[in-house]
Amino acid sequence: MQRKITIKALTLVFLLISFVSYANEDPQKGDLKTEIKAYIQHHLEDSYDFSLTSYTNDAGEKVYWGFPLPVILWDNGLKVFSSSKFHHGKTVAEVDGNFYKVYHTKIYKTDAEGTINYDAEKHPTNAKPLDFSMTKNVVVIFLVGLLMFFMFKGLAKSYAKNNGIAKGTARILEPIILYIRDDIAIPNIGEKKYKKYMPYLLTVFFFVWFINMLGLTPLGVNVTNSISVTVALALITFLITNFTGTKDYWKHIFDPLGDTMPWYAKVPLYIILIPIEVLGIFIKPFSLLIRLYANIKAGHIVMMSLIGLMFLFKSWLGSPLSFGLAFAISLIELLVALLQAYIFTMLSALYFGFAAEEHEHHEEAHTH
Amino acid sequence: MVGAGLVVIGVGIGIGKIGGSAMEAIARQPESYGKIQTAMLIAAALIEGIGFAALFAV
Repeated sequence: MQRKITIKALTLVFLLISFVSYANEDPQKGDLKTEIKAYIQHHLEDSYDFSLTSYTNDAGEKVYWGFPLPVILWDNGLKVFSSSKFHHGKTVAEVDGNFYKVYHTKIYKTDAEGTINYDAEKHPTNAKPLDFSMTKNVVVIFLVGLLMFFMFKGLAKSYAKNNGIAKGTARILEPIILYIRDDIAIPNIGEKKYKKYMPYLLTVFFFVWFINMLGLTPLGVNVTNSISVTVALALITFLITNFTGTKDYWKHIFDPLGDTMPWYAKVPLYIILIPIEVLGIFIKPFSLLIRLYANIKAGHIVMMSLIGLMFLFKSWLGSPLSFGLAFAISLIELLVALLQAYIFTMLSALYFGFAAEEHEHHEEAHTH
Repeated sequence: MVGAGLVVIGVGIGIGKIGGSAMEAIARQPESYGKIQTAMLIAAALIEGIGFAALFAV
């Protein structure tokens, strides 16, 4: 009985959807589509001010809610000024007789009118000063760092105060830390060496998780879908893996067959094997950074597009449909935020495990 | 574009197969649930990485 009702309801929804898609032959639709696209694009980019929301008032002016952040440039000397001078990218900022303009989220040096010259491929040819600005992403990373510092400080304090038993909010963190130790670090790295890697694994797990979760709040935070952040995280994993690599780790890369063959038989094999193994060193962190970046970015794009549907449909069906889908995707994104942090930590631990591998695992190493 | 679509289909089939096999494995040996889940997630994540690489190559 219940199944019948579900099928009926689904049929109704699909019928209505097909009606809606025919009903909207709006001449303004093209403009609206590009506007939504621009909005999504804007959301995915880093910015020089922390704007929470913006709207167009009755007089037709755009009103921004938020606060400016400091811009720090190195252009024959340090230049520090507030990003409010750009007026959200609309005007040219003048500092000590130099003029700067934001163009596609990059700062260029221009003349007083803010002219930007292009080359044949439409790339700006203006000079680009070195940019150390506190952008939105930097601020959020600092905030998450502070948050983590106080949370774990609280956990440590609560241990000292209550004779080794966590109390209060710190109690939430304890099982997660234990899970990372017992189910991620020890099985992958080994009982003997895991302690050395625990600080990094814990930091990266909580950092990625908190930042992903913040990305789901309406603050417009999107740190892990900036590729430079994930590059930095993967780079740390890469450096730790290779600097803590044992003799066996390097032997596995440059001499995987060992004494099982005479040298003249190994030469033709190694011409193929060694480049692949060396490439593998770089592919591992590369896949880490792409996975995190792409998952979060794709999630944000899908969610924003579904919310954008509401404005495209322009009928009574649009809002509940868009709301329902966006709600479902939000729930999936909650899972993805945790899952990506878990996967990043898990694979980092796996790579550390390869690097810390000792001789007794040598028989296994032959099989892969 | 068509290539990216094909890759995504492949990725879908791959992850589906992993999920299905993991389900079967868990049904057969419920006591090793945790280990199977971990292995499943790693394999799924690796395949997913290829899918995203294809999408971003477009």
